Amino acid sequence: MTRRLAAAACILAPLCYAIALPDYLVFGSQILVMALLAISLDLLVGYAGIATLGHAAFFGAGAYVAGLLSVHGWGEPLTGVLVAACAAGALGIPIGLLTARSGTLARLMITLGIAVLLYETANRAAGITGGADGLQGMEVWPLLGVFDFDLAGKIGFAYAWCTFVLGFILARFVVKSPFGLSLEAIRDNPLRAAGIGIPVKGRLTAAFVISAAIAGAAGAVLAQTTQVVALNVLSVQLSADVLVILIFGGIGRIYGGLIGAALYMGAHHWMSGLSPVYWQFWLGLVLIACAFLAPSGIMGLMAPRAGGRDT
Amino acid sequence: MQFIGVLLDGIAYASLLFIISAGLSITMGLMQFANLAHGAFAMVGGYACVYGMNALGIPYLAMLPLAFLIAGVFGLVLELALYRRLYEASHLTQVLFTVGVLNVSAASAVFLFGAGSQPIHLPPYLQGQISFLDANISTFRLFTVVLVVAMAVVLASIVQLTRFGAQLRCAVDNRRAAIGMGINVDRLMTIAFTFGSALAGLGGALGVQLLGLDPSFAFKYLVYFLLVVVVGGAGSFVGPLLAALIVGILDTASRYYAPETGSFTLYLLMVALLVMFPNGLYGRAR
Amino acid sequence: MQASFRTVVCLAAVLTAVAARADDLKIGLIAPFSGSETAGLEMDNGIKAFFKLHGDVVAGRKVIVISRDAPTPAPDVARRLAQELVTRDKVDVLAGHLFTPTAIAAGQVSTQSKTPMLIMNAATSGILAKFPYTARASFTVAQTTAPLARWVAKNGMKRVFTIVADYAPGIDSENAFQREFVEAGGTMTGSIRVPLDTIDFASYIRRIQDSETGGVFAFLPAPDQAKNFIKAFRDAGLDKKGVKLVVEGGMLQPQITATLDDDAIGIISSQHYSEDHQSQENMAFVEAYKSVSGNRIPTYISVGAFDAMNMLYKAVEAQAGKLDPVKSVEIWRNMKLESPRGPVSFDPQTRDIVQNIYIRRLERKNGILTNVEFETYDAVKDNGKQ
Repeated sequence: MTRRLAAAACILAPLCYAIALPDYLVFGSQILVMALLAISLDLLVGYAGIATLGHAAFFGAGAYVAGLLSVHGWGEPLTGVLVAACAAGALGIPIGLLTARSGTLARLMITLGIAVLLYETANRAAGITGGADGLQGMEVWPLLGVFDFDLAGKIGFAYAWCTFVLGFILARFVVKSPFGLSLEAIRDNPLRAAGIGIPVKGRLTAAFVISAAIAGAAGAVLAQTTQVVALNVLSVQLSADVLVILIFGGIGRIYGGLIGAALYMGAHHWMSGLSPVYWQFWLGLVLIACAFLAPSGIMGLMAPRAGGRDT
Repeated sequence: MQFIGVLLDGIAYASLLFIISAGLSITMGLMQFANLAHGAFAMVGGYACVYGMNALGIPYLAMLPLAFLIAGVFGLVLELALYRRLYEASHLTQVLFTVGVLNVSAASAVFLFGAGSQPIHLPPYLQGQISFLDANISTFRLFTVVLVVAMAVVLASIVQLTRFGAQLRCAVDNRRAAIGMGINVDRLMTIAFTFGSALAGLGGALGVQLLGLDPSFAFKYLVYFLLVVVVGGAGSFVGPLLAALIVGILDTASRYYAPETGSFTLYLLMVALLVMFPNGLYGRAR
Repeated sequence: MQASFRTVVCLAAVLTAVAARADDLKIGLIAPFSGSETAGLEMDNGIKAFFKLHGDVVAGRKVIVISRDAPTPAPDVARRLAQELVTRDKVDVLAGHLFTPTAIAAGQVSTQSKTPMLIMNAATSGILAKFPYTARASFTVAQTTAPLARWVAKNGMKRVFTIVADYAPGIDSENAFQREFVEAGGTMTGSIRVPLDTIDFASYIRRIQDSETGGVFAFLPAPDQAKNFIKAFRDAGLDKKGVKLVVEGGMLQPQITATLDDDAIGIISSQHYSEDHQSQENMAFVEAYKSVSGNRIPTYISVGAFDAMNMLYKAVEAQAGKLDPVKSVEIWRNMKLESPRGPVSFDPQTRDIVQNIYIRRLERKNGILTNVEFETYDAVKDNGKQ
């Protein structure tokens, strides 16, 4: 019962935000995009026990696919997100297969390496992607053919919220399913999991595909609401940021992604507004304090995970 | 004979990567501590060196050992005050903490020394080129190689010949057994961490010339340091040395023989090596 | 350390203390302020220098700058900042932009909200076309590179090797140089595009040596790359073997020349601004800039900010305190300025800046390495992609 309540709160909280802070809707939709990305990462890090430093690869792939579609004459946003999610999901297959056997450190570096390779590819293919100048000329059609993306970001926010809710429900469904439980079994002990008949490699690859597809959808929403795509969506910086956001919020709890994104990005926004030059200092202190005071993230303070072990 | 020149350039680059990453390898191997902020200690050494030379007029050769010492003191203080409390924490908490340290170090560097790249003016005897086996190599690169080889020999003798080294090897192989045998692993870790930071500081001071130095140094080169340690295998010196040589020489050679491949060579190589050797070239399965 | 932390706190407090009144003229400045990037500070100081010379009140309205940090070329961040500046802070004009992607994202907000925008750097050709309320007070990479290619061809260098950073501006400059140089009868001996994470230039230098070229054109504007390349070039003794080095002026900004030694003297570069430019306007600007910035040397980015302020003041004065987007752009596209960089005008069709490009030689002047102008290409238009 409380879990349902928490899930409902998670879905409704963004609406309260929209009512309370109507001037910050663009920021709000970017928090939702980041939250969705963090939740998709949580499927890998928190549930499947796969640490990755290359999650931006999927996010960026989704963003570029959605961007390229709309540059080349197909600006319909919903199908754009679907295509982007499929493309990013497909990218999850080879990466999942490559890292299925590796240990934590090797996985971190392999995923990071692949993300860097993608970044370089996008930079080199300037004729297609615009390279460092960014992908220009995106024409995004009105949502459902009716709602034009407005300056204040009302439609953009509603759009990001709907995507977030769908992604959230999908992720929640996945982790509660037998499939999700088998991922937790693999995380806790891959050898025993294999021993009781779980196809480890297949399950981990499937986890990669689902996670990548959600991340790709998040990237597509960001691209469509920003209407420019630049290389930063593929950067190591973004991969690191989303991992920090997830840890900050709390891993393995689905809600951690949203809480982390809201608090981390809120703190960043507030501090960099106060002190554009030195905000990094204060944000750094917050992270250090969090590591000591709330080692399982903010969610860990609120709801210690029963039985589970933070890896 | 450009080949020998390219090889020497690659070795010089490798030496720098090795000296900065060596300490990281030990902390990651000994305590399984994911110290993403290792580059911050190199930065301390670099800034100490630049500040000492430009503001206080201390000669370069004197600044190198000083940078080593200063970064070591930084490492010691941080280890005692903060790092050691997180050895038992999860990897992800360590990531959070060290990313925090990275942020603080970058902002502090801006505050203390300003944004932008730091100038360094090497003494004349380290500038220019000398001919070596028919190939030209810059004097500074040769100096770097000689210094790092000397340091590597010292390191190897400490690890192989001293009681401390024996304890360290024992603790890396099996920490619980080491504790059981009465080895003070905490103290071992403090010493290793301090020494690793000091080495990074020396590397940072040497690196101002070849890598440059600005407030984002620690983040910018993080990937390279991790790459060397993870490809080499955490916990040893030989692994990272091997990895640094492979990375340094191959990267330099590919830029000479096939510049159009850009950084693809390096990262493809990294991914391939890690898929083939998931525990690193010299690592053991855990 | 304690004292420094306190200063940081004070600084944060000062920054928040900028409380604006309704009739103030508000500028939303989006630029990189944090980390290793100095552009935000350079723009900010350029604006302060303008305030010092011309006051911070125009047509009865006090001018207030609201700074926002966009440290990387991330368009989503820039779009968000621009949107909040427009809808929440109600700024009258958007400004800043080191990077092209952030300029494009904010340009969309400018178009949607009909807010005028002044670009102070972002140097990609043709980005103004889609944004009707935007003008640019900086330059384009093609604009500063092309005259250098002509100068090189005219001065007896027949064979040149190009080495540029492998990203869009680098490729712009490679194209501009090769096109002009080959047109003027020169031969390319080779070209390299250097990955942005490159720190070691030894291999590239060896390749340049092998090509037996007469000259090298470089565009590597990241400070570490610029510095490392010039040092490697010099260490290899290429200059002593008669190979001439010419670079786009962005490679010889003051923060880079400060890291170079005397053997860098003689490097030829081209750009629209040198702190050494001999004119009354520039002397006044340099003096004002030094006094507001703690004795720093102005850069082409600070002069971009200074001129953007000049454009803003002229438009506000002409409209008696108002800043209508259509009228302002009309004023800007027909404007002529006496800038610290020299005479500046605008192309009425493209709205892009038309200015002198100077060929400069690096010399030691009053103890510091300075780019000394010795030849001028008058009123150069942007000839990059349209």
